[in-house]
Amino acid sequence: MSNTDFVLAVEDLTVSFDGFKAVDKLNMYIDKNELRVVIGPNGAGKTTVLDLICGKTKSTAGSIKFKNRELTKLSEHEIVRAGVGRKFQTPSIYENLSVYQNLEVSYPKGRGVFGSLFFKRSDEVVAQVYKIAKEIMMEDILHTEAALLSHGQKQWLEIGMLLMQEPELLMLDEPVAGMSAKERDQTAELLNRICQNRSVIVIEHDMEFVKKIAHKVTVLHQGKILAEGAMDKVQANEKVIEVYLGH
Amino acid sequence: MNETLSKILGGKQGAIGLAILAAFIMIVLPLGLDPFRLGLIGKYLTYAFVAVSLVLLWGNGGILSLGQGIFFGLGGYGMAMFLKLEASDPVSTAIQSTPGIPDFMDWNQLTALPWFWEPFKSLPLTILAILVVPTIFAFLIGYAMFKRRVGGVYFAIITQAIALILSILIVGQQGYTGGVNGITDLKTLLGWDIRSDSAKYVLYYVNAGLLIACILLSRYVLSSKFGMLLLAMRDKEERVRFSGYDVSNFKIFIFCLAAMISAIGGAMFTLQVGFMSPTFIGIVPSIEMVIFAAVGGRMSLIGAVYGTLLVNFGKTMFSETYPELWLFLMGGLFIAVVMFFPNGIAGIYEKYAKKVPFLRKLSEETPKAKKAEAIPAAPVETKEAGVKA
Repeated sequence: MSNTDFVLAVEDLTVSFDGFKAVDKLNMYIDKNELRVVIGPNGAGKTTVLDLICGKTKSTAGSIKFKNRELTKLSEHEIVRAGVGRKFQTPSIYENLSVYQNLEVSYPKGRGVFGSLFFKRSDEVVAQVYKIAKEIMMEDILHTEAALLSHGQKQWLEIGMLLMQEPELLMLDEPVAGMSAKERDQTAELLNRICQNRSVIVIEHDMEFVKKIAHKVTVLHQGKILAEGAMDKVQANEKVIEVYLGH
Repeated sequence: MNETLSKILGGKQGAIGLAILAAFIMIVLPLGLDPFRLGLIGKYLTYAFVAVSLVLLWGNGGILSLGQGIFFGLGGYGMAMFLKLEASDPVSTAIQSTPGIPDFMDWNQLTALPWFWEPFKSLPLTILAILVVPTIFAFLIGYAMFKRRVGGVYFAIITQAIALILSILIVGQQGYTGGVNGITDLKTLLGWDIRSDSAKYVLYYVNAGLLIACILLSRYVLSSKFGMLLLAMRDKEERVRFSGYDVSNFKIFIFCLAAMISAIGGAMFTLQVGFMSPTFIGIVPSIEMVIFAAVGGRMSLIGAVYGTLLVNFGKTMFSETYPELWLFLMGGLFIAVVMFFPNGIAGIYEKYAKKVPFLRKLSEETPKAKKAEAIPAAPVETKEAGVKA
């Protein structure tokens, strides 16, 4: 494929599990600083798409280009180092470590075995931890053991751990699942803030929340794109209403 | 420099705990015990190396190896081969059909020293081999398993199988390894009689010193970012992988380090006990070592040493009176520890230390110290940057 200006260019992406095509010839392009929301019914292949981009699942065919660099051949940690961050559906944090340690351990220096053995906590690292902690509204609870956080805080902490790495593409799988209304609003603000200088892909079911954040919406159905565009256009789409939104 | 020092010592409480352990094994025990009993303690302390290695590997890394006997044995055999060659000089083996080779080789109709015995004529090469051979072996096992993401129970079973295979191999190759009897009749180290009482004292102290050194090294590793990553990997391996770390490399490294520490224990075992045999490699010793670490507390480097001493002391006591019951008792002990005291002696200490006035004072100082150490204050620039943003 030729080079493009897109941050992420997914072309003809296919993955089949024992003949079942979970993602079928998918094409998707993400712009710089764009916040894209992917919606669709259960089993549409939303999480699988993220798995394919971050390398957790290997594709059967097609290409994924991140800043014109092919990702399908890279291993998971190489994809992360290229600048792609991924948040999992269930909050995935280190429960035995403090909030501070969770953030510090995600700092993208000292990533090799020996680098980590001789890693020095510089002022730069500390400054970055405090900056991110402020961003995710957790600067007052840095000492707290992560296991004691509320569900919503755990979700934010994981987002913070990704922000520590300053990724250019951030992928979030249902970031507001299980959050209270107030936490949802705060998360929407957080996402609007963090997409200022990076591209973000969000998978979400909560349509109110989607409206607050989405620049553009992609609707997936049976591994294919059903519709794509601005939120109000997609909501008015007959096919989308039929398979997903309901009447 | 000061920061590194406090890292190694593990803060104030860590330093006190280590000082108490050092005083106990280097002053109290040598003063209170006769040379025979102290020799037993010396032997137990060589197992403590393996228990310490398991705290790194299993307690912190979440990687259960049921084959640490492999590395203990490789270290022990390395040392035994050197001592055996020294004991097999042409004069003292003149009655053999081929003088100058170890006696068991002669019995097995070997007429020349096998090539892999040659390096063990030199002490520096032997010491190098004791450290490097087990590490390379661990690297090969680790590379093959962790790169394929074999972990958990499968890893435990495979290490167990390798321990069994190695012990069978040694038993089967009697001419090259001394077979089931192992390598015996070890007498001198560079002409110095290791069987004399004075040598036993010296070796005991060398052993104790090396053990403390290994604990300090382990403390450094655990207090670095590497140690934090180990805990993180034990908890959420995927998250670590998707934070840009090649998880397998970290596992391979800690497995190699654990192998090297175990091998030092094995070499010290041979020096103090005077022989090495396949019974220290197979399944039972490898599992026993895990029990030592579990009883002591699998998260506590110092606890592992006490656990080793305690279980072995119990073993000596019980197996003198009820030898056939000991294995059952040991199995029961393991189950009881896992079910009721998952953090072993160290966990019990931490839970109940607060009730004893003197100990409470010690443990109260830690949380504050730990926090102050763990979390640096916000730098001034950040706040300004925050305002600007």
